[in-house]
This record gives sequence, structure tokens and C-alpha cells, in this order.
Amino acid sequence: MTLLEAPAAPERPRAKNEGQLERATERRNRRTYLALLLPGLLGLLVSFVFPLAYMVRMSFNQGSPDGVIVETFTLDTYIQPLTDPYYWKVTLDTFQMGVTVGVLCVLVSYPVALFLARSTSKYRGLLIAIAIAPLLTSAVVRTYGWMVILGTNGLVNSSLTGLGLIDTPLKLTNNMAGVTIGLVEIFMPYAILAMISGFGRLSPQLEEAAGSLGASKFKVFTRVTLPLCLPGLLTAFLLVFVLSISTFITPRLLGGGSVQVLATEIYDQTTGLLNWPFAAALSVILLVLFGLIIAVYQRLTRKIGG
Amino acid sequence: MSEAKVFKPRFNPAKPAFGLLVFLLYLFLLAPLLIVFVVSFAANQYLSFPPEGFTLKWYGMLPQEGTFMEGMKVSLIVAVIVTLIVLALGVPAALALDRFEFKAKAAVQSFFLSPLLIPSIVLALGMVLLFGPLKLTNTYAGIVIGHVAITIPFVIRTTLMSLATTDTSCEAAARILGAGSWTVFRRVTLPIIQPGVIAGGVIAFIVSFDEAVISLFVAESGLPTLPVQVLRYVENSADAAVAALSVILILISLAVVVVVERVMGLRKALR
Repeated sequence: MTLLEAPAAPERPRAKNEGQLERATERRNRRTYLALLLPGLLGLLVSFVFPLAYMVRMSFNQGSPDGVIVETFTLDTYIQPLTDPYYWKVTLDTFQMGVTVGVLCVLVSYPVALFLARSTSKYRGLLIAIAIAPLLTSAVVRTYGWMVILGTNGLVNSSLTGLGLIDTPLKLTNNMAGVTIGLVEIFMPYAILAMISGFGRLSPQLEEAAGSLGASKFKVFTRVTLPLCLPGLLTAFLLVFVLSISTFITPRLLGGGSVQVLATEIYDQTTGLLNWPFAAALSVILLVLFGLIIAVYQRLTRKIGG
Repeated sequence: MSEAKVFKPRFNPAKPAFGLLVFLLYLFLLAPLLIVFVVSFAANQYLSFPPEGFTLKWYGMLPQEGTFMEGMKVSLIVAVIVTLIVLALGVPAALALDRFEFKAKAAVQSFFLSPLLIPSIVLALGMVLLFGPLKLTNTYAGIVIGHVAITIPFVIRTTLMSLATTDTSCEAAARILGAGSWTVFRRVTLPIIQPGVIAGGVIAFIVSFDEAVISLFVAESGLPTLPVQVLRYVENSADAAVAALSVILILISLAVVVVVERVMGLRKALR
């Protein structure tokens, strides 16, 4: 009896210990991951959450031309841009620029992405790297490059006048045309990247199959290749669109003050007019536009991924 | 008839045409970078085409350009500090996100990546509004804090990618063999995630080094970084002096590209 009971006796405390041990491990795990996460969370709180929250609060304050901010809670800062035709025009111009740049960027990026997605060359990796490497170069430098190409004495105008094709230089900078050309090129790497990831279902076998069943080259492209690419093209368009409507450097430099979009307007409201609450309200409006499109974009990418 | 059609080696004019199109589009994509190279070596006194001879004088002028050298100093200091800080903040966070299970994990991960979804002009305005009363505008601290938000997602992403491709058995083995948590991290985990940490670090460096909008808002008047100096210079005069500087900036970017491509692949890191 006692012999039989003996082994059972240590059983209970051990089980209890195990439970404690588990809970202790869990507690220690909890402490560990909290300790690991905390610095990063604090960092983002200070550098990301606080500035945005403060800006939203600021957008309900009253600004004045001399830069004095009146602490209050008003919607005037929103009513003005939403009722003033000037700001409607700026917002519409911004949208239009986004759509134009998005469409053109998709058009010029598609052949490159298609080429890279199909390529079996041993240099494919290198070619992909070259196509997306400009992402890591300064936007200021690339915009400067476009000013050199498009300027009054730039590459394009010098070549055309040199060839005797035109007498007076074309106006390609300090206007929307220049900004559009610059932005199309600057966002190409993003578009190519989005497309290569979005062309997952594209396979040469499907195209070959369609071809061997008698479809013409054109038909293979319009009935097989293009439909398979469509999700990738759409995500690339949305990505470039949101990047375009919020970009500042290129409209500022290539627009030379005569292209007004939301981003340049925000800058002018702060540095020139010192109307901080108004700039904050414009930013919130931009943010809302941006958020809506990002939501659509993420829903689309999830659909494509799933 | 049909047999002949199959076996006849056909010349397809679409193929070279498509190749040419892709080549021209690559040229378009690289045009602003290539043109800056050409202009930086051109002897033309003013910006014009075609280049009239070869010169290194624009490069020789750089050390005497006080604003550029000052901007370079500010940008280097900021980028180095930002890189160290975001690695210290981001690598542990990525570790927690991959190696532990907890509620709201997906939400925390999205939060860490979310600064990339906010237009930098909006972030920059928020920062200057908040930093003004705190006396952080025109200080190194202000620019560094501003850059932490936009660089941390890259470090988290590249580190997570390195973590995801490895399994935890090595760490478990080390722990069973008696290694402490710190030893396991240093001797096992760190070597595993090293590519992600390096890639994240150099991307953070170049993003901070090239960042212009936040720096412009937070420290335009008092502590202009190099991109802000270039921006101002280009706004007033688009001459060739800034081309030589641009080439140097491009070469720094190129070095980063090569490192990232080597350690984990550019496409994977920037996805």
C-alpha cells in the first residue's frame, strides 16, 4: 500500500511545479518580448505618433497671418480649403497629376517589367537590380538631372535646336509637363517592383499553349498575357498615384513655383505665410485622400496575394 | 504546308523591336543619373550642350564650397546616428515579432511598417509643429528623431526577412547546451540575421542621408543637411557645380545598392 502510494506522492507537487514553471516561462517570455518591443515602440511614438497627433490637433486651431496660433477648436481651417475654388483647383490638379503620372508610369514600366518577368538570362538579377536601384538615389539629384535634360539650355532643347528642328526652345521646365516627365521616371522603379511581384501567374507555358492552339501574337497578348498582368498593373498604378499626389521635391524644383499641388501648397502655407493650422488642415485632407487609396490598394494586393 | 510552317526558322521582327524598346526605357530610367555624370566632366562654363571638352574643375571646386561641405558634415553625422539608433530599436523589435507569440502581433508589425504609408510632407509638418515648442527645430536631435520614423520600417522588414528564412532549432540547441539568452543572441541569432541587419542598416543610412523633406521643414534655416543645400542651390541656379556633388551622392547610393544586393538581394529588401 505504502509502496504503491509512494511513487504517486511526488507526482502532485511535480505537476504543480510544472504549472508554475510554465507560467513563469510565460511571464519571462512576456517580459522579454515587451523589453524587446518597447524601445522601438517608444521611438515610433516620439517620432511618428506624437507629430501626427499634434498636427491633427493643430488643424482645429485658428491661424493668423503673423504666425500667431490661437488655441481653439474650430472647423474654419477645413471650411476654407473645402469652399475656396482655388484649393479645389489645387486638389484637382494634384489628382490629375497623380492620374497622368500613374498611367504614363505604368505604360513605360510595363515593357520593362514584362521583360524582367519573362527573362531567363543569367543577367536577370543584375537587370532587376539596375531597374530598382534608382530607388536608393536622392530624389533631389534625379530631379536635378531632369532639369539638366529639360531646361532651356538642356539636352533636349540643345539637340533639337542643333538639328534645326526648332527655333525657340520648348518650355519643358517650370510647368506641369516637366514635373510629369520627372515623376514618371522617378516612380518607375516602384512600378516595376510592384509589377514583377504582381505578375505571379504569368507563365510562358500559357502563352505557348495559346499560340500553338492558333492564336495570333496579338491575340495571345490581349487574351492571355494582358489579363494575367492586370492585377500587377493596377497595384502599380495605385502605388504611383499615391506617391505622386504627396510628393514635394519634384513639383517644387521642376515646377519652379508655377505648379501648385497640395504638397507645395502645404510648404508655402508654413514657410511663406506661417499659417500653421491651415497647413495642418491641408495635410489632414491629403492624409485622408491618401488613406482611402491605400486602403483600396491593400485590399487589392491582399486579393492578388490570396 | 502546315509542317513547313512549323519547321521553317522564322525571323520574328517583334523580338528585336521589343528588345530595343526595353533598352530605350532603361535609358529613360537612368537618364537623369547618366546626364549628371556627363555634365560633371564637361568644361562648359554654363550649363549647355554639347559638352566642350573634359575637365575635373567642378570636382576640384567642391572642397571650397563651404555650404556643401557643411551640409555633408551634417548629413553624415545625422545618417550615422540614425543608423545606430534604428538598428538598436528595430532589430530587437523584429526579434520579438518573429520569435515570440503574442496578441496583436500583426497590429504591432503593421504599426512598425506604417511610417512608409504616410506622405513625408505630412510627417514633416507634424514634426516641425511639435518640435518648435520643444526647441528641437534646427538641432541634430530634431533631424535624427524625424529620420527615425521613416527608416525604422526598412530595418524591421529586412531583419524579419532574415529571421523568417531560418528556423529556431539552432537557438533551441544552444539553449539546451546551457548558453544564456545573451550568448544565444550573440553567437547564434546575430550571425543568422546578419544579412538583414546589414541591409537594413545601409538602407537606413542612405534613406536618412538622402532625405530632404523632413530635413527641410525641421532644420532649413539653422542646420541644413546636404540634400537641403543642394535643393536650395538648384532652386536658384542649375549650373554644373552641383553636378559633381550629385555624382558623389550617386556613388554613395551605388555603394549601398551593391552591399544590399550582395547580402540579401535588392528586390527582396525593397519589396
